Amino acid sequence: MDDGLNRDARPTEAAQASLSIRATDFELFGLPERFEIDLGALDAKWKQLQGAAHPDRFATETAAAQRIAMQWAVRINEAYRRLKNPLARAAYLCSLHGVDLEAESNTAMPPAFLMQQMEWRDALSEADTLEAVDALASEVAAARGATLKSLQAQIDGAATVDWRAVAGTVRGLMFVDKFMSDIDRRVDALS
Amino acid sequence: MALLQISEPGQAPDPHQRRIAVGIDLGTTHSLVAAVRHGVPECLPDEEGRVILPSAVRYTEGGGRQIGHAALEAQAEDAENTVVSAKRFMGRTLADVSGHQRLPYRFVDQPGMVGVATRDGVKTAVEVSAEILATLRFRAEDTFDDDVYGAVITVPAYFDDAQRQATKDAAQLAGLNVLRLINEPTAAAIAYGLDQGVEGLYAVYDLGGGTFDISLLRLARGVFEVVATGGDSALGGDDYDQRFASALLQRAGLKALEALSPRERRNVQTAARRAKEALSAAESAAVTFEVDGQAHALQATRAEFEAATSELTATTLRLLKRVLRDAKVSAGEVQGVVMVGGSTRMPVVREAMATLFGRPPLTNLNPDEVVALGAAIQANALAGNAAAGDLLLLDVTPLSLGLETMGGLVERVIERNSTIPTAKAQDFTTFKDGQTAMAVHVVQGERELVSECRSLARFELRGIPPMVAGAARIRVTFQVDADGLLSVSAKELTSGVEAAIVVKPSYGLTDEQVAGMLKEGFAAAEADMAARSLREAQVEAERMVLATESALAADGDLLDAAERAAIDALIARVRAAARDAGPEQGPRAIEAAVEALAEGTEGFAAARMNRGIRDALAGRNVNEI
Repeated sequence: MDDGLNRDARPTEAAQASLSIRATDFELFGLPERFEIDLGALDAKWKQLQGAAHPDRFATETAAAQRIAMQWAVRINEAYRRLKNPLARAAYLCSLHGVDLEAESNTAMPPAFLMQQMEWRDALSEADTLEAVDALASEVAAARGATLKSLQAQIDGAATVDWRAVAGTVRGLMFVDKFMSDIDRRVDALS
Repeated sequence: MALLQISEPGQAPDPHQRRIAVGIDLGTTHSLVAAVRHGVPECLPDEEGRVILPSAVRYTEGGGRQIGHAALEAQAEDAENTVVSAKRFMGRTLADVSGHQRLPYRFVDQPGMVGVATRDGVKTAVEVSAEILATLRFRAEDTFDDDVYGAVITVPAYFDDAQRQATKDAAQLAGLNVLRLINEPTAAAIAYGLDQGVEGLYAVYDLGGGTFDISLLRLARGVFEVVATGGDSALGGDDYDQRFASALLQRAGLKALEALSPRERRNVQTAARRAKEALSAAESAAVTFEVDGQAHALQATRAEFEAATSELTATTLRLLKRVLRDAKVSAGEVQGVVMVGGSTRMPVVREAMATLFGRPPLTNLNPDEVVALGAAIQANALAGNAAAGDLLLLDVTPLSLGLETMGGLVERVIERNSTIPTAKAQDFTTFKDGQTAMAVHVVQGERELVSECRSLARFELRGIPPMVAGAARIRVTFQVDADGLLSVSAKELTSGVEAAIVVKPSYGLTDEQVAGMLKEGFAAAEADMAARSLREAQVEAERMVLATESALAADGDLLDAAERAAIDALIARVRAAARDAGPEQGPRAIEAAVEALAEGTEGFAAARMNRGIRDALAGRNVNEI
């Protein structure tokens, strides 16, 4: 089976005919390959695709059909999860363009960014009420929103995308998201 | 004379194609079986008209069994041999069962799963549950005067892998074809959502006899999407009874519940439970019980009950708030909260929900029946009786799954609340030069330390070619299927050497163990094993032929003449094997033919799936959202 990549916003009939389990997440969901996506359309497509592929649709069928349904349903959920999360989506776009995030090896971040991280960490370790943690959470959420905006500008707004620069922004977002989950854990512990 | 067939709209036209599919709520204190009849789900009653079957099995003298009401009646005089609330022991070791000291059983702490020593030998929760499931299966078969094609069995959303596996084993032991395990709150949402036609974000608060679940679902036109789930698989109405009983004993100046004899304890707890139920309607109730041969009579108030159990209610609220946080929604965004489980009759719980969500909870369906009814609707759909595309269930895995890494830390591979089915691979490497084996330890839970998570399975990947430390790439793949069951495999990538292993969680029974139990037989099923396995193979063959033929009817145009002829030949072979098989050959020839058919239709199945996906993507789905 041919799984040639089609980068058009709207896959042609021919591209659809060759749609395989190895298509990109964007192709699978029939969405344009951009950072900014229509989450409503993503949700609707997800349900449509699962409506066709979910193992529940094949409960009375042969073992072969059930196995294939399972593979597709897994693949659709994987793509959905990746497209839904901005960090995963941006990282995926980088990898589609052959740029490795180097998330493990490249930890060089701008000094100002690192300073802010340290301030946040200090604030979290000192926050001992839910209100204090909430206040910090809104501050971090605002910073996260700004990072998402710059990702959008870098990816969707540029005539030629500097994917290495995008990867740098994505690495920053990883720090922020990691810190967000630390905040969540703290909220769990406090409530 | 040929009779005209009249079928209901949206249902399979041929009555012979209509399959008996049931939904079973296998509960801690009681169980129910339901089925869709004439388009409406209903709970099936026993011959005395009772739909509820107490989840109690008594092992009597001479190898007999009493199941349900009869077992419950004999419980007081024969507590040791009467297993109730077996669900609490599903997939658990003795150490997992909190408060087991207070129970009147002789526990046997065996590896894998705790057993109870009865006069008929050691019984696990799997065997006890199989008796209950078989009883319900026979009830359904008597009702329809036909074989049960398959069953959907409900489990608490917060059941872990071992508990789910144990439930599936019990069903297998009861001779049931498990169409799917589904989560209890999800089943309730199906019954509720389809009944009321609701849309939007709903919380299901399910407080049963022994388990607590909370699920948050997005409902839209037949799609039930679980957004997040949480709970405690060892918190339920039984705990309210115990706390209340302890408080009453304390007020009466008597000894602690733990210090009473099993019989007295049972007596006090039963009295507490009755008072609890009375206090749901009245502000005060009389309680009488016997301790040390002396009768005690007290007057208890609802306020006293609520104070004694406030910690439990607070725990459910804390778990509920965590689910809202997981889903990143506020209480105000929830359009309604559905109450499930007998314990939600307690006013204190209803009031807590009304306060949190700012609106009264939805209680218009019978909280005891709603789970079984939802399971029946899903069973009917899975068996192919309902119109295609009526119902789509997108559920999640309740607990994170991970691996042990250096220093006893957990590396999470699949996060909780991931939509199932799901699979994820993670790469690991060796840490010593020349290392040729790697231990893989699979755990489930949210904590960072392995010691605080549940251990699911351990296995070793051997035959890694010797390399310098860090050079090997070992890919460990986790897969959670639509029943929420996990399988794990591992292989080394760099050398091209593949060593892969698929594990079953260590709490599950092996196929040999299940076969052994089946051979031993249990009261409900006395059928001759050989005849039974032959018959099952024939049913399976019939099922596969029908499935293939309907696939050919729908998508036969995808095949060229030669491909079509090959599949037709495979079908003919299955038919012949099923027809010619007799007791002496056994089921083997049929199984081989069915296997060949499965293999020979793999390409066809893949092509059909591609077409289905393409149609869905192009929006040609009849059920467009």
